[in-house]
Order: sequence, then structure tokens, then C-alpha cells
Amino acid sequence: MKIRSLEDLIAAKNRGLATLYPQRTKIMVGMASCGIASGSRVVMKTLRDETQKIGLDAYISPIGCIGSCYKEPLVDIIQPGKPRLTYANVTPDMAVGIAESLASGRILTEGLFTRIEEDENLVEGTRVRIARGVAGLRTASDPPVVGGGDGPSIDRGGASAVRSGPNDVGGPSSRGVGDSLPRDATSEYTQVPAFDDVPFFKQQKRIVLRNCGIINPDSIDEYVARGGYFTLHKVLKELSPQQVIDEVKASGLRGRGGAGFPTGVKWQLTRNSPGNVKYIICNADEGDPGAYMDRSVLEGDPHSVLEGMTIGAFAVGAHEGYIYVRAEYPLAIEKLQKAIKQAEEYGLLGDDILGSGFSFVVKLSKGAGAFVCGEETALMASIEGRVGEPRPRPPFPAQSGLWGKPTNINNVETWANVPVIIARGGNWYSQIGTEKSKGTKVFSLVGKVNNSGLIEVPMGISLRDIVYSIGGGVTEGGKFKAIQTGGPSGGFIPESLIDLPVDYERLAAAGAIMGSGGMVVMDEKVCMVDMARFFLTFTAAESCGKCAPCRIGTYVMNETLARICEGQGKEGDIEFLQELAETVKTLSLCGLGQTAPNPVLTTIRYFRHEYEAHIRDKKCPAKVCKRKFTLEEIARLKEEAARKKAAKKDEGKSAPGFAAEKSDSAKKGEEKTERGSAAKKAPAGDESTAAKKAEKKDARKDKD
Amino acid sequence: MQGKIKIKIDGQDLTVEEGFTILEASRQAGIEIPTLCFDEALEPYAACRLCVVELSTKGTKRLVASCVYPVEEGAEIRTMTDEILRHRKILVELYLSRSPNAKRMRQLAEQIGVGEPRYRFEETHNCVVCGMCVRACDEIVGASAIGFSQRGMKRKVEPPFHRGSAACISCGTCTTICPTEAITLKEIDQIKSVHVKDEGASLEPCGVCAAFELVPVSPEAYTGWLSEKLSLKPAVKSKA
Repeated sequence: MKIRSLEDLIAAKNRGLATLYPQRTKIMVGMASCGIASGSRVVMKTLRDETQKIGLDAYISPIGCIGSCYKEPLVDIIQPGKPRLTYANVTPDMAVGIAESLASGRILTEGLFTRIEEDENLVEGTRVRIARGVAGLRTASDPPVVGGGDGPSIDRGGASAVRSGPNDVGGPSSRGVGDSLPRDATSEYTQVPAFDDVPFFKQQKRIVLRNCGIINPDSIDEYVARGGYFTLHKVLKELSPQQVIDEVKASGLRGRGGAGFPTGVKWQLTRNSPGNVKYIICNADEGDPGAYMDRSVLEGDPHSVLEGMTIGAFAVGAHEGYIYVRAEYPLAIEKLQKAIKQAEEYGLLGDDILGSGFSFVVKLSKGAGAFVCGEETALMASIEGRVGEPRPRPPFPAQSGLWGKPTNINNVETWANVPVIIARGGNWYSQIGTEKSKGTKVFSLVGKVNNSGLIEVPMGISLRDIVYSIGGGVTEGGKFKAIQTGGPSGGFIPESLIDLPVDYERLAAAGAIMGSGGMVVMDEKVCMVDMARFFLTFTAAESCGKCAPCRIGTYVMNETLARICEGQGKEGDIEFLQELAETVKTLSLCGLGQTAPNPVLTTIRYFRHEYEAHIRDKKCPAKVCKRKFTLEEIARLKEEAARKKAAKKDEGKSAPGFAAEKSDSAKKGEEKTERGSAAKKAPAGDESTAAKKAEKKDARKDKD
Repeated sequence: MQGKIKIKIDGQDLTVEEGFTILEASRQAGIEIPTLCFDEALEPYAACRLCVVELSTKGTKRLVASCVYPVEEGAEIRTMTDEILRHRKILVELYLSRSPNAKRMRQLAEQIGVGEPRYRFEETHNCVVCGMCVRACDEIVGASAIGFSQRGMKRKVEPPFHRGSAACISCGTCTTICPTEAITLKEIDQIKSVHVKDEGASLEPCGVCAAFELVPVSPEAYTGWLSEKLSLKPAVKSKA
């Protein structure tokens, strides 16, 4: 069934509203990768079996990830006339309890995490009151398409709204509940913190993640019900390509893949490039360890990316688009394939979209797992079927990209922003964020932090707010040491800079990068030298090897760091690393090499004392690194052990000399000998065991 | 497209053809920029990073690879600054640590003032992965018999799947163009002996001479022959 007109679109919207806010009990299970990994499949199955067994008439729907991955598996329930309630860390046993409580008309309060009174429809700029059904608040500037009062499902939902009266809107939540409900049931869940009061969500501003964890990603109608594809309709019917680009320029949106190039300017360059054939690419080759922003958007709201791409294609004059997604994201690929098929069936992709005459098709291209293929020129080479290696720029993709044609390439998050920007206007968007970094940014907050998950925050929020307010502080009451932003090519930011506002420029000034949005929190148990080595191992292995600074430089840096970690560092190593890092950063061909030294540079900049402790004192302050001994050192230790043994013999039975030596070394400390001090304090007595071993060997030899 | 534009290289005002790279413009003006992966007969590759120069346009200053970067009107270029020299020294040090026996690397190190590298590879190799052999085989000969395998430090040149490739016509171009004598005729001969067994394979003619099964006697003999054919300076000239 093709959608040709606004009426068709509104009909789809009403179908979506009917499943989004059905007039019967609805159960939603978070079925993104994070949910599935925590066991939501079993929970889903239990809920299905149990409701069937009890004979409960419930509509069970999978949804994407709402962000609080640390609370997965999440189960949400909506009963007519009540707000949406979320259960956290649901086990199959709890699922049985939830189903039973629903059947009995009561509410299980155990495990309740939050309640959502209203869904914000960001595209339309309206709020939908869940407790009353679908007809909620509307702003004056509402476009006519929102007029949801026509559909039959809305009439029914609207009834309770009328009863409650307009003055209740935004008031205390309990008043929104229908009269038919027993009073005691109401008080049960009003104790549960409201969505906006949960610290994890309080400071978030969900633009990219607007539909994640709200809609069923498999339902295009639910996406339309949330204002989806209305923007595309407006673009195709009312706006010129230049108007679209101007709006994006006015928004100040910058590329969310990490480099932060102004999106509108990029679009303009592609539009101005001569040629009839142009391409649009969505970069979904998310490779940073611990970062999964793109995956979550594709799994929870694939249509937002497709709509953004179609708008972009119209603006730059492209008729063919590619989504380059890594093959390690099977669920995201599945959701995308389904979404593309649905959009084609509705005529929202393909020929003559919405009867406007504009045509655009989207194809999926799967990456084989090379990290460097996230770099745009390498990505395009990979789509073309060549080896994924970057090439020098210019020419830029906007001039000569895929198959030598002008190509506009943006990241998943950038595309997902586009429909909202066009719907609400560039000025609206540019109100959010800082002077040079507008809008919001999605981060995956992971590592030693209590509330790990996916967060979307306005630019300019401080790291302190992210770690402590949203993240709930460091796990196990540990002490915050550093936060690593921007994935393997990002930098470490120490505690002294925790009040740093997060935007492109300030992160760069601190030696880190925005990157695609990974944020790893580290506590005192982490050795910074070891961490730098960890990330360099990754980049050295993922370097394509085309240009020499990256190929040899990352390898040599990694080897040098490994040597320092093993207690074999020597004076001059820090300077050597710094020189190498600067050269690799400056001379490398592509972004991988240009950013790979960041972990080394920032750890030296902020944690130089840890390097010095490894090199001079041969110890790891965080007690992470294992000391390794060279053959010469073992020989020397043997010798020393033998000498001590001989000295003992000389002294006779009492050993005052030995005790004196001990206190002597304690007084003189490091001056004594390097080995002396190391043997006393060194990591878990590695050296003393080595000395003992040497002694034993000697003893054996003596016997022979 | 072929207009003339004005640029400045190392203080010299120059008028060069539009579409020239910085390297072409510099060499025309007699200013030498060191290169490793560049050859006039091949498409520029921008991988050795030795040819970086400082480019100033519209108030912004950055280092770019001169072999691929096109000249722009009003651009000011400096081919040797303290910064460039510093980075180049580190880069040559890295090259030298991996290929200490390559004559070309030792020469470069001497020219630029690099001593003993501070890092030692346990396994050294003359190949500097400049890709000239691979590109020549593809662009000049048209055989595409060799390519890169692996990535990072493991990256190396070889025929597909470690096996002698029937696409190899034993022309020896790769040995001639190699700046560090990493590929030898002996290796080529070995490769040939493998695919000769494959009788069903049809031999493709050389893209340059259209001859079949040309077996060069020595690299020197071959160099003379090839330079005649291409009426170009032999690529190995810089080695002498």
C-alpha cells in the first residue's frame, strides 16, 4: 500500500497510535542487543506464555533500548488510564509476577524503576499523556497533521482526557488517572520516581533517541505515529533543496562521527559539485570498543535514519544511498532490512516518493570488520569492492567519492538528527548546546560507573554531571581517576578536569576528541600506562599499513609501552614516545593514524608520574602491570642471592647485619640501589620470588 | 582547466599550471623534495609521507603530502621547516629501524642526519611497503599479479594466496621499480616455476611491450630496456 498523500500518512499514523497506546493492557520488552544480552528473550517468552495461560488480553510488543542498559532487561506496562510503568532487571520469575498482577488488576511494585506520564512527541512538539490515552497536550504552533482526533482509537482515548479536564495537564500525575481505578492502586505507583526525576534521565535531552525504547522498531506505523515521515512530506511538498540545506546550516549541526565538520556545509559542497549522479552514504561502521550509539539507534529506530537520509538525498540531489553497517551488528542489519522493505512498500523509498516525483533507493552494504573502514574514503573503497584503505584528500568525497561521483557521507547519529531539525527548525535546534557545538550528543557511558548505558545530553554539560549525576558515580565506591572519550583514538581526561564542559573544541584542547561518543570511566585500580598500551595494541592491529607513520609508528609505540609495563623501561622512553606520537599524529594519512597517539599523549600529559614510577622505580602504582625480568637481571639477582647467603654464613647464627642492611635501605630509600627498593615495594613481591627462585636453583646446583 | 596560477614556494614567486601537484611545481622550479613511494610513471599514492610540505592558504597552515596535493592560487609553500625536518627525521628513523639493510634507507638517513634508530626490530625486511611494485604491475604492465596482503606491520607484497600467479608474465617490472631491492629476479623466477605447471592458464601480454614471457637477464639490462620503452628516466636512477 503506497502512501501518496497527507491523508494516507495520517491513516498510517492512526494505525500506529492504535498499537502505541492500545485500549487494552500493553506489555513492552526491551529487545535491543543490550536487553537480549541480559536475558530479555526469556523474559519475553515467559510473559507471552504466562499471559496466555492466565488468559490476559495483553498486547505484547518489543521495543528498542531506552538507554538505561544497566537496568536491563526492562519491561514496561501500560494499562488503560494509567501511566507507563517500567520494571528493571526483570527475571523470568518477576515476569510471572508482573503477568499475574496485571491479571488481578493490581500493580506489582517490586522492581518498579520509573513511571512515564507523558511521551514527548519531539517532531510535532507535543506531549502525549499516556494515562489518558492518546489525545494529549498540543501546542499552538501545531501543524494540522497532528489532528489525531479523527481516528477511532483516538476518540476512545480522548474520552478520558475530556473527563479529567484540561487544567490537569502537567499537574500531579495521580490526577491523570481515570475515575474507574481504585484509589489504592493509584497510590501504589505514585511513589515510583517519575521519568524526569530519575537521576539517569533527568539531565538528558533525547533528540536522536526520541523513539528508542518507545516504539516497536518493526512497526513503521508507530514511527509515523511519532511524527515520522511527516517531515519528509513537508520537505518534498513545500521546500526547495536549498531551503533544506539552509535549515541544516542554521541548526549548527556538526558531524557526529567524530570530526565535527558542519553538516550543512558538507551538504552544500555536495549539492554544488557538478554531475547528475550523486550518492548518499550512512556510516554505521561503529568500531570503537565499548561504544554502541549507532547500534542502538538502528535497532530501536531505524526509520529515523532512513528519513534523514531521504531528506539529505533530496537536498544534495542524490537518488541512491548506501548504509555501510558492520556485519557484527546482526540485529541492526535485520531491523534495517525490515525498515527498508516497509518504507519501500509505503512508497517512502523508491520511485516517486509520496507522489512528488523524487526517487531515492537505499542499499545495505556490510563491512567485514576492519576498524579503518569507518574512515570515509576507506569505507567507500570497501563499498566499491576494493580493499578498505584510505586515500588522500583532496579530492573530498563531496567532489569525488563513491565511484568517483560526488558523495555525501554522514554518521548514523547525524542522519537521525535531520528530521527533527527540519520539523522544528534550525533555530530551535541551535538553542541547545554551546556556542560552537550545537544540539545534543549521544554517549555510551561505560566502564567503572554505576549507571552504565546510552545517554543523550546537550552539548556543554560537564563531565562531572555525566559521571556523577547521570552515571551515579564510580562503582564499588571507588575513586574516579580518569574518563576516556572518543574510543581507542581518544584521550584520557583526569579528575582535575572533571568540570570540563563537553564540546568539540574543549575536548580537543584537553587532548581528547569527541569521537563517535564512547566514554569509559576509570577508577584508581586502572594503570594508565597499561591503558595506553591497551588502546595502542588495538590501533596498531587495526592500522591498514598503507602509510609508514601509522604502520611502523603505532607498532613501535605499542612495543615501547609494553616494555615499560613489563618494568623494562629506560630513561628517554617518555621523550621517545612523545616524539613518535607527535610525528604519527602529524604525518599519518588518515584519521586513524592522526588520532591513534592520543592515548599516549594524554596519559603522558596527565599521568607522567605513573610512567616515571614504571621506568625509574620499576613499579606499577595501580598494581596492574606484571614485572618481567631479563636474563641479565635474573643472573644479577642470582648473584645477589648468593652473596647474601654467603654473608649470612659469615655472620653466624644471629643476623644483626641483615637487619641493619634492611633498615639502611629503608632510610636511604631509592638511593640505595634500584633493585633494593624495588624488592621491598615492587608489585606483589615479584622480584623477591624471582630472587628466591634463583636461590633455589643455586641450592640445587650446589647439591649436584 | 589548464589556466596558470601564482604560488610561492620557499619564497620564490612561481607561475605554474593549474592542476599541478605541489611536488610537480617544486621540481619544475628545481626545488627537490624527498620521496619514496613516488614515481613519474605511476599515480601518486601518498603513503610514504616523506614528501610533506607546509602549505599556507587563507591564513591556515598545515602539513600536506606534496605528491598529491594540488596547487591553489595564492598558496604559500615551504618545503623545509624545522617542524618538517623534525618529523621527517623520526619517520626515517622508523623506516631505518625496520629496513636497516636497505641501501636507499641508509642513504636517506645519512642525508637527513639520522643515526642509529632507537628501536630495533627483531625481524627486519628491505620492503618499505611503498607499493611501487604493486602499482607498476597494475598501472604499467596491466597484469595485477601481485598485491598487498595482511595489514598493519604484517602488510606485505605477494601474489594471491602465497601462490605463484598465472597473471605474472615474468616481466620483472616490480624488481626494477623497487627502491630498496626487496623483490629480486630470483623470487620472480620461483613464482614463475609455480605457474608454469598450470598448463591451462593463458598468458596475458605485457601492457608495455606486448611480448610474452619476457625473461630479463639482469635488473640492469632490464632497466635500460624499460626506460627506452617508456622514454622515461629509469626509476632506479636514484639508487645510484
